[in-house]
Amino acid sequence: MIVLFTVSAVFAPFIAPHPPDEQFFEGLTLEGAPLPPNSNFWLGTDLLGRSLFSRLLYGARTSLIIGIAANGAAVLIGAILGITAGYVRGKVGMVIMRFTDLMMAFPALLLAIALAAIFKPSLWIVAMVIALVNWVQIARVIYSQTIALVEQEYIEAVKSIGAAWPRILFIHTVPHLWPTLLVWGTLGIATTVLLEATLSFLGVGVRPPTPSWGGIIYESQSYFLDAPWLVFFPGAAIMLLSLSFNLVGDALRDILDPTQRGHQ
Amino acid sequence: MFIFLGKRMAQSVFILLGVTLITFCLAFLMPADPVRMLAGRSATQATVESIRTQLGLDKPLPVQYLKYLGRLMQGDLGRSYKQKTEVTELILSRLPATLLLMAGTIFFELLIGIPAGIFSANRRGTATDNWIMALSFAGVSVPQFVMGLLLLYMFAHIIPIFPLGGYGSLQHLILPALTLGISGGGWYSRMMRSSMLDVLRQDYIRTARAKGLSEWAVVLIHALRNAVLPVIAMIGLDIGIFMAGAVVVESVFGWPGIGQLAWQAIQMVDIPIIMGVTLVAAIGIVVGNLLADLVMPFVDPRIYLQ
Repeated sequence: MIVLFTVSAVFAPFIAPHPPDEQFFEGLTLEGAPLPPNSNFWLGTDLLGRSLFSRLLYGARTSLIIGIAANGAAVLIGAILGITAGYVRGKVGMVIMRFTDLMMAFPALLLAIALAAIFKPSLWIVAMVIALVNWVQIARVIYSQTIALVEQEYIEAVKSIGAAWPRILFIHTVPHLWPTLLVWGTLGIATTVLLEATLSFLGVGVRPPTPSWGGIIYESQSYFLDAPWLVFFPGAAIMLLSLSFNLVGDALRDILDPTQRGHQ
Repeated sequence: MFIFLGKRMAQSVFILLGVTLITFCLAFLMPADPVRMLAGRSATQATVESIRTQLGLDKPLPVQYLKYLGRLMQGDLGRSYKQKTEVTELILSRLPATLLLMAGTIFFELLIGIPAGIFSANRRGTATDNWIMALSFAGVSVPQFVMGLLLLYMFAHIIPIFPLGGYGSLQHLILPALTLGISGGGWYSRMMRSSMLDVLRQDYIRTARAKGLSEWAVVLIHALRNAVLPVIAMIGLDIGIFMAGAVVVESVFGWPGIGQLAWQAIQMVDIPIIMGVTLVAAIGIVVGNLLADLVMPFVDPRIYLQ
C-alpha cells in the first residue's frame, strides 16, 4: 500500500489522466454541480469541475512530502534533545525534560493551529509546524532509553578503559537507539499524515490550489450530502495511508523491540 | 503521600506558568494587528492609538505579561476583541457542551474498547484477535472529520435517524460522541488487550482455572476487575487528545463547545479567546495527568507514590 501511494505520488504526472488544476467544462453538470464517478473522470469531479482522481494523485505528493519531511524533522529534534538530556543529565537534561513536560501539557492541535495561523501556511511551513508539535513524544522515549543504556555496565567498562565521550555516545549508545527511532519514525508518519489532513480540513493547512486530501474535503464539506464521493475518496486515501504506516510500524516494533515480545 | 502531592502540585503550577508564557508569546507573534482589526480600515491614526492605550497594548511586553498573569489569578481571561464580551464568560457558557461531549466520548470509548480488548486477549493469536487489532488500527487511522462526515451521511442523510448537527438533545450527542469514541476506542482496545494479557499470566488465574472454572468465568469474574482499572485510570491522560478531537468534531457537527469557539476565534484572530481556550485546555490536561497519577496507587497498590 505504501509502495502504491509512493508510486502514485512520484509518477503522478504520468498516471493522472487530467491535469489536477484544470477546470473542465464537461466536468460539471448543466446546473454546475460536480459529476459522480464516470468513465472519463474515474472518481468524479469536484465543485470546480476538476478531476478528483488527478487531484488525489497529486494530493498523495503533499501528504507524503509532509509526512516524511515533518516526521523526519520531528524525529531528528526529538532524538537530539532526548539523547542530550539522557546523556548529559544534570541541569541541561532537567531543563530539556521540563520543557518537554510543558509541551506535553499543550493541546497539540490548538498549538499547531495557532502556529499555522501565525506563519502563512505553505507546504514547508505546515511540515515545520507539525515537526514543532510532534517531536515531544519521541524525545521522551529516547530520553528514557538513553538513561537506561548509559547506566549499563558495558558503558562503564568502556569508560574505564578511557574512551572519549564522542566514542561512547556515537559508537556505544546511539546504535542501540536505531530500532526505537525506526519504529517511532514509521508510526509518526501515520500521525503526521492525519495531522496534515486535519489542519488542511480546518483551513489552516496547505493553501489551495495545491491539492491536499484534507483540503479537498474542506472545500467540498458543505456539498457532501449531494456529492459524497468528494469526501469518501480522499477520506479513504488518508485512512489507507495512515493505516499502512501504523501497521508497518507495529510490525517493526514486534520484530525489533524484544521487550514488547512478551505481550504478543 | 502528601509530599508527593505537594511536589506534583508545584510541578503543575510551573507547567501552567510555562503554558501562559507560550500562549502570550504566540499571541504576540500573530501577524494581524488586533488594534487595526478592532478599529476598522478607515480609522484615523489617533483612534488606533487610543484603542491601543485602552487595551494596554502600548506597554512593554514583560509589563503586559505580568498584567495578564495578574488578571488570570482573578479568573479574568480578558475581553474578546470581536465579540466585546468577557472571555471567561464565553468559555464558561461553552464549557458544559464540551464536557457533555467528553462524557459521551468516554462512554463510547469504553463501550467499544473494553469488550474488544477482552475478546482479543482471550483469543490471543487467532484470526479473531488479528482482525480486532487491525480494526482498532483502522479506527485510529480514520481522520475524525472523515468519520464524522461519514456518520452524518449514513445516519442523518441516507437513514435519517439522527439530526444533521446542532445541540440540544441526546439525539444530537450520539453521532459526535461516537465519532470521537471510535478513534479513542481503538487505543483503549489495545490497552485493554495488553492489560488483560498481563493479568491472565498471573498465578491466581491459574488457580482459578485449576479449580475448574469455565474460561469466561475466569476472564469476567477474576481477571476483568484487575485488568480494567488501569485502563480506566488512563482516561485522565486522554484530555489533550480529546481537546484536539473536540475542535474538529465540534466544527463538523456545529456543536457549540469551546472547540468551536477556539476555531471561530482563530479565523477572526481573536487573540484573548485563543489564549483562553488553550489555557483552559492546558489546565484540563495538567489536572487530568495529576488525577491519573493520584488514582493509580489506589487502583494498583503495588505502585507507591514517591
